[in-house]
Amino acid sequence: MKNGIIGSNSEKFFMAQHSSKGARFQAVTANRLLDGEVVYLAADNSWTEVFSEAEIADGPEAGEALLARAVPDGFEKQVLEPYLFEAIEDENTGFRPVSVREIIRAKGPTVRLDLGKQARRQAQG
Amino acid sequence: MYRYDEFDHQLVAERVEQFRGQVERRVSGELSEDAFKPLRLMNGVYLQLHAYMLRVAIPYGTLSSRQLRKLAHIAREYDRGYGHFTTRQNIQYNWPALARIPDLLAELAEVEMHAIQTSGNCIRNVTSDQYAGAIADEIEDPRIISEIIRQWSTFHPEFSYLPRKFKIAVTGHAHDRAAIKLHDIGIVIVRNEAGEIGYEVHVGGGQGRTPFIAKKLAEFVPKDKLLAYLEAVMRVYNMLGRRDNSYKARIKILVHETGEEEMRKLVEAEFAQIDASKMLEVPQAEIDRITRYFEPPAFETLPAESAAFNKAQADDAGFAQWCRTNVVAHRQLGYSIVNISLKPIGGVPGDATDVQMEAIAELAEAYSFDELRVTHEQNLVLPHIRLDDLKAVYDRLVTHELATPNLGLISDAIACPGLDYCNLANARSIPLAQEISNRFADLDRQYDIGELKIKISGCINACGHHHVGHIGILGVDKKGTEFYQISLGGSADEHASLGDITGRAFTEDTIVDAIETLVETYVGLRHADERFIETYRRVGLTPFKERLYAE
Repeated sequence: MKNGIIGSNSEKFFMAQHSSKGARFQAVTANRLLDGEVVYLAADNSWTEVFSEAEIADGPEAGEALLARAVPDGFEKQVLEPYLFEAIEDENTGFRPVSVREIIRAKGPTVRLDLGKQARRQAQG
Repeated sequence: MYRYDEFDHQLVAERVEQFRGQVERRVSGELSEDAFKPLRLMNGVYLQLHAYMLRVAIPYGTLSSRQLRKLAHIAREYDRGYGHFTTRQNIQYNWPALARIPDLLAELAEVEMHAIQTSGNCIRNVTSDQYAGAIADEIEDPRIISEIIRQWSTFHPEFSYLPRKFKIAVTGHAHDRAAIKLHDIGIVIVRNEAGEIGYEVHVGGGQGRTPFIAKKLAEFVPKDKLLAYLEAVMRVYNMLGRRDNSYKARIKILVHETGEEEMRKLVEAEFAQIDASKMLEVPQAEIDRITRYFEPPAFETLPAESAAFNKAQADDAGFAQWCRTNVVAHRQLGYSIVNISLKPIGGVPGDATDVQMEAIAELAEAYSFDELRVTHEQNLVLPHIRLDDLKAVYDRLVTHELATPNLGLISDAIACPGLDYCNLANARSIPLAQEISNRFADLDRQYDIGELKIKISGCINACGHHHVGHIGILGVDKKGTEFYQISLGGSADEHASLGDITGRAFTEDTIVDAIETLVETYVGLRHADERFIETYRRVGLTPFKERLYAE
């Protein structure tokens, strides 16, 4: 890890087990500073609101490399608390998050389908 | 109601401007998240799953119409058109943008509200009985001492960095609606043999990972010495409370590890010093000044019976049913206490839309001397409604889907936000409350089951009070999948008890059936008029467990 602050963040969240030890596919997520929106690190190192645009790392080393890319100098001007989480291959969508937590983060509250990312997607058709 | 004095206004206004500067510096990159996080938390701003969340304090659960209108306005202008009333008598907004929160707080300050003491390791917003000043047989309105405690505790420099958060609850009535034995300090207003009013002080209650019922450390603290006693408890805790492990840092662990007797001695020694200094004796003039804010409103002299009310009940069975479940006797003849259920069948416990909040504010203004209360069971209260006006109030509530007649029944469950919103949650709570509510939607069935308090938490932190539910449900995570553990026999009232865990947890698909099995078991075992909790206390866990895990 690059420095103390960043190291403590990613370590802490990795420890919180958003990924299992044997996870093969992982992506990096965070919350955007200005509004807390859930975002994912994309292939071009930008942050995207949509999980399907997230870069998927294959294998633990690729995962760590992806997380390192998420925390360049000054990353905190854009996002909070980036961490790795586990994804699996999905017939229909390519990949999907594994845990209920990350599925809910990728969509919105299951009790308010009119709110969060899921609502925007519906509105766009 | 209490009105801010110049100092209150100044404190809150200064805090808003301070926070505005902090947000600007965070956005510009001048402040790191590590530096900013404790600052935002001190202003009630949390980061949740989808967005920031702002928790607004409603001290001792009392609101004016003007304040509720402002809360509605904020829901509409700064959030997504609703707010969530919590088990701490607060309101939470789930979607505010960080950059707009300073403006939001400035608007709150206009109506004497803020988000101070809703987070961090300080003395949190004081909670109390929602029927304060309205219920018969109250020894004293608990909001008077709650307000004094609020003033003493706000920004108390010695207690701004405690080992952990600290929650104080007060009741002025023998029947405890404020769950005082599940708080760090619970205060019961009592009268001694000489007829003087004083305070019984319970210390070291709490839920979370290690639940405890509070120990009664003092039988009778005289009125002018309560702050000195509280300060003594806080000092002992601040000095000896553990700071090495956040799960062991609450005062309940200190009381447990120190022992009740030793803890009492430590507090009394500290108290003797503070008391001798007379520094914290509250002057009678100040007590009188604050008492005047909570004087009863100008009640009319009315007969005990209202012909209009009796006729309306005879004419409208739905109204009569609502009166039986949601309306409580008032201390003043001809008046009543109205509970507004925020638990419509299949709804989200504690959520209210901007339009609903405005409608309720209008009712409070027109019929309840401008007063409202928030309950820790996530409902609202109109404390002073004339019997003559009940039908008009009911009709308005019906229009806004706020007249569900289910107070204290199985569909009046409390639930934390859970994994639908909360960053700490392991499992969802709200959908479970909704499914249980839908399963038992038939009101006749609910009335037959009678009082049954279901409390649901999405993680071990127990915001949904599962330890003290007659039926408690705890969501747990097993490799990214939700499971639900059941406990039975908990209670948060004056006979407080912690629930017993039944055994193996249930899946999302089987938990509602399991609840139904428990309810059917109770119905089969109960004696006439015996409530669920009474049957459970008579027969114990075994018969329930046998049915639950049969085959």
